[in-house]
Amino acid sequence: MKLREHGVWGALGLTLIVGGILVYADGGSLFTQSSTVSLLQRAAGLGIVAIGQTLAILAGSLDLSVAYVISLTSLIAAETMDGSSGMIVPAIIAVLGVSAGIGLLNGLLITKLKINAFIATLGVGLLIKGYLEQGYAGPAGSVPTSFQRLGYDRIGPVPLSVLLMLAVAGVAWIVLNRTRFGHHLIAVGGDLDVARLSGVRTDWVLIRTHIICSVCAGIAGLYLASRLGAGAPRVGSEGGYDLESIAAVVLGGTVLAGGRGGVTGTVGGVALLAAIDGIFNQLAVDPFFKQVVRGVVIVAAVAIYAMSLRRKAPGKVATA
Amino acid sequence: MLQLRGVGKSFLGVQVLQDVDLELAAGEVHAVVGENGAGKSTLMKIASGVYHPDAGTVRWLGRDVSFRDPRQAQAAGIGIIHQEFNLLADRTVAQNVFLGREPLRRGLVDTAAMNERTASLLASIGEESLSPQAIVGRLGVAQQQVTEIVKALSLDARMLIMDEPTAALADHEVELLYGLVRRLKARGMGILYVSHRLKEVFDLTDRITVLKDGRRVTTVDTSSITADGLVRHMVGRELSHYYPPKSAEAGQERLTLQGAGNNRLHDISLALHAGQVLGICGLQGSGRSALARAIFGVDAFTRGNVHLDGASIRLSSPRQAIRAGIAYITEDRKAEGLTAQQSVLDNAMLATRALSPRWFATAGRTLKARELLAAVEVHAASEEQEVRYLSGGNQQKVILARWLALTPRVLLFDEPTRGIDVGAKAAIHDLIRKLASEGAAVLMISSDLPELLGMSDRLAVMRDGRIAGELPGTADEETVMRLATGASS
Repeated sequence: MKLREHGVWGALGLTLIVGGILVYADGGSLFTQSSTVSLLQRAAGLGIVAIGQTLAILAGSLDLSVAYVISLTSLIAAETMDGSSGMIVPAIIAVLGVSAGIGLLNGLLITKLKINAFIATLGVGLLIKGYLEQGYAGPAGSVPTSFQRLGYDRIGPVPLSVLLMLAVAGVAWIVLNRTRFGHHLIAVGGDLDVARLSGVRTDWVLIRTHIICSVCAGIAGLYLASRLGAGAPRVGSEGGYDLESIAAVVLGGTVLAGGRGGVTGTVGGVALLAAIDGIFNQLAVDPFFKQVVRGVVIVAAVAIYAMSLRRKAPGKVATA
Repeated sequence: MLQLRGVGKSFLGVQVLQDVDLELAAGEVHAVVGENGAGKSTLMKIASGVYHPDAGTVRWLGRDVSFRDPRQAQAAGIGIIHQEFNLLADRTVAQNVFLGREPLRRGLVDTAAMNERTASLLASIGEESLSPQAIVGRLGVAQQQVTEIVKALSLDARMLIMDEPTAALADHEVELLYGLVRRLKARGMGILYVSHRLKEVFDLTDRITVLKDGRRVTTVDTSSITADGLVRHMVGRELSHYYPPKSAEAGQERLTLQGAGNNRLHDISLALHAGQVLGICGLQGSGRSALARAIFGVDAFTRGNVHLDGASIRLSSPRQAIRAGIAYITEDRKAEGLTAQQSVLDNAMLATRALSPRWFATAGRTLKARELLAAVEVHAASEEQEVRYLSGGNQQKVILARWLALTPRVLLFDEPTRGIDVGAKAAIHDLIRKLASEGAAVLMISSDLPELLGMSDRLAVMRDGRIAGELPGTADEETVMRLATGASS
């Protein structure tokens, strides 16, 4: 249990130490302000998506449409603002509205039409992809400088975007641990029938979870628009936000089947992925090799969690 | 408090219940017994609002009621403890008890109040030792059951339906449950108690209602009937002998363990003979199942020697064990024994297919599986029926047919008749004996001591992962229990 909850932070510490030494031996420094800041800024976008994904996975679902939601909302944001500061608020409202609508659609497909979450969200994602590819050849719209501050401003060494991610994480933590909805969400992921027989309105819980997950992707879309200064039709899919967010959640110790885990682990998972990225960038390693290492880390983490689970198994068989 | 009058129910034209009366008074423990398929669970589901009766009336606290769903019945004060618990393994006791009804304070879940109220409910039934903050998945079965009961109490249940409450409990836990049931009864709770174990029915209940083929045979005061009389009512015939005759002599040594052990077992030396049934007794947790799992290579032995028909072998996976001619009929039919959504035939052919060097199913093997299914007398609508819709006894027979296809030399039975009704039990017993008489060596584990004594040619008693002693099949219960509990030393 302890391992599952806190293992990712140990792994992060270890990675930073080993990576720091490697980078230092290479003649650089991992902890310069500029490299740390860019590392954190990269992490923030993924973090916000992954927090939403954590809720979906905890509820026993998952969302593969997030990458396309990010691309779509970055365009909605940039095109609505169209360089004017006065349009920031309407743009944000439009983004949140559209992403919530997509989440609602995901949730309805899963609960009412009983479509497997994997297929339903993949389908919705492809739908959005089709729209984007048909309508956009490249970046569109423009974001006013005032909104770009979200992507570039810092308070001391801490980028604004990281604070935004931590705020989202904090809200998600409270929702999961201190609200009825959060308790019901975890119950639905733990065992749908148990939750239903205990009077939980399971469909409604799943729908709301998917709305939140999509809205998180929408927030990430806003953030990326502010980074890029424009909307981009492939920013989400090229960034691999769908699978990477799931990877971060799993690295953070949340069980893919649902019912167990939390957002703190996910934040650690995101930080770990970012740290690996940062180290390899500093070392100027072949990007393909970087992907290999990420893959190894994810598989190893899941294997370690699975083993720690097996060691506990005799407890389960204690009835024998 | 609860009155069922002339209740009837049919599914797809099959009359499952017909004209059944049942009455439960406050403070009464009322047993409902009958063979599988007698209609017990349908009756319980009607009482708890899962099903609507087609005929008859349900009166609850003096009023005619018609529950739309279990939640309405719960709200009215009828709690049900299912055989399989409705609990979340990764959540705390308190979170489980208040799931769906979490107390709020300023819009947020009031964890402190939740724990406090759970603690006081636990205290009210004398279970103070259980912490509201314990994670349910790490509790023993008995404590999980307590959690379920507390969950019902938190809903102000005035009546509890308990479906086979002791099926998963160890002997000492059963004692604790007895105490709990008596305390609930003293509080004026009415309890409908469904059980296969007649001993409990006689120990605990005030009245007994016997169902057979969807009809009520009789309702009697527990004190006015004997076990034999009750069984007669249940099966409608006299069971002259429960167990097939034992074997006359031991054949050659089939499987021999010398000083075998792993992290749960220590210094196990045993011999299984062809033609004989070796009974393994012991309290829960004494290592009985661990022994079967070790022999079968699931959690393999790490020390000692194993010989099969004189040749030294080392089994580190079930596949190797199966190839060596060992079959393991697991204790948990649902989780480890069956692929529930597949057909009877698929399940029967599972092991043959897994070991087959060929890629394609051959007609010969299908034919053989059919023969074996017929030989063990599986009663299914068709061989294509999904196994989960069969009764426990028939499921067990399907599993047996699967193993028989491989003509095993050694059979390991772990609780082969758990949750199986009296009639089907006898059939399984006959099958086990028949297999032994055909030359297989049988190891049988059972929590039902009379069953074990009735079936075994020899007994090995386990305690704390060791063999505490070996006894002849004629040993009495007292001797066995003394060895199992360590009371004799």
